[in-house]
Amino acid sequence: MIRKTVRNVQEALDGVTDGMTLMLGGFGLCGIPENAITELVRLGVKDLCCISNNAGVDDFGLGLLLQQRQVQKMISSYVGENDEFERQMLSGELAVELTPQGTLAEKCRAAQAGFPAFYTPAGYGTEVAEGKETREFNGKMYVLEEAFQADYSFVKAWKGDEAGNLVFKGTARNFNPCMCGAAKITVAEVEELLPAGALDPNEIHVPGIFIQRIFQGIDYEKRIEQRTVRQRT
Amino acid sequence: MLNKEGIAKRIAKEVQDGYYVNLGIGIPTLVANFVREDISVEFQSENGVLGMGPFPFEGEEDADIINAGKQTITTMPGASFFDSATSFGMIRGKHVDLTILGAMEVAENGDIANWKIPGKMVKGMGGAMDLVASAENIIVAMMHTNRAGASKLLKKCSLPLTGVGCVKKIVTNLAVLEVTKDGFLLLERAPGITVAEIENATEGTLIVPGSIPEMSL
Repeated sequence: MIRKTVRNVQEALDGVTDGMTLMLGGFGLCGIPENAITELVRLGVKDLCCISNNAGVDDFGLGLLLQQRQVQKMISSYVGENDEFERQMLSGELAVELTPQGTLAEKCRAAQAGFPAFYTPAGYGTEVAEGKETREFNGKMYVLEEAFQADYSFVKAWKGDEAGNLVFKGTARNFNPCMCGAAKITVAEVEELLPAGALDPNEIHVPGIFIQRIFQGIDYEKRIEQRTVRQRT
Repeated sequence: MLNKEGIAKRIAKEVQDGYYVNLGIGIPTLVANFVREDISVEFQSENGVLGMGPFPFEGEEDADIINAGKQTITTMPGASFFDSATSFGMIRGKHVDLTILGAMEVAENGDIANWKIPGKMVKGMGGAMDLVASAENIIVAMMHTNRAGASKLLKKCSLPLTGVGCVKKIVTNLAVLEVTKDGFLLLERAPGITVAEIENATEGTLIVPGSIPEMSL
């Protein structure tokens, strides 16, 4: 067994410096690496390029990094729900590269799987395709999109083991598995860190080979963005 | 004239037994409430779930189980969770049978614009560009005209496009229309609406093939 555990979030983020490109898992506030974000804020690293489907809300998730003006560029598919984000974007302090959601996921997976680029139909004929190579296959037009190149990937799983194997829960899975192994160093934080052998190999979602560092996360808030319920009849 | 529920009710009739369906935010979300109960349908949400159920009962919300609108949801027996790349693989690979989404504008050649208004804060396209570029069966749910009363069914979209030549069918508060190579083909009228009213509200080419039936809901 190759051991991936580190003692805490400080050790897990060792080596993160200004100007780096970071991948952060999550959809909205669901499945975001809460501990890593808190530590990035504490470290105060600046001029970051963050690849994340969304940009958090004003006082939670990636919004915390935006509040401290640590982000120079966001690569996302949807960035609503965040006033500070909007202010920085409109004032030109923050660069934003809007990317179709499926393309965003595939740019992560391509990096993970060793593909430099891929063709997708998404965005053909729109401003997303401007300046990009296009090509016809079987009568349909496609856009060439390149794999991401990132320094660190921060993902959050439900359970993990010492070997770095991960299991996710519900829709908190989202972008997290696609980002594992898609950067030079992948850091996984988990709600429950288990000894090797405690997870059934048949039920592992991401094998530990894609993970360099894993740690037991603490104090998960798991904030709900839109609490919707139905009445009992 | 139909209200939002009426539009959703009419679109629900397009959902067939055995369909995997992706519903967009807004009117499309309401479609799930009106699908016949004697058919088997699974709803896909692009953040990574197939087999979405209704909202949870109060106290049973789970922060780890949400839909693409970030709302807390439940799952049905047979549901599954998956990552975002797999989710868009289902969409891009045409495994999802029907996509229902809203629009700001639709052009008579099937172009759709629904993500950006120049001069306003742009929130992003989310999964809309992937959905419209990939799905073979796309129904647009929208009002026939915008708040200012201008037609949303145009010769050519004025807003930045989400996708080109992709919309097949449109259900509005006034009519059901099909996108054909010659323009918008009028299929049904909303209850109490005349063909003349639909013609007035449609800027793009409208084809009226004889007498048009009133839709049944």
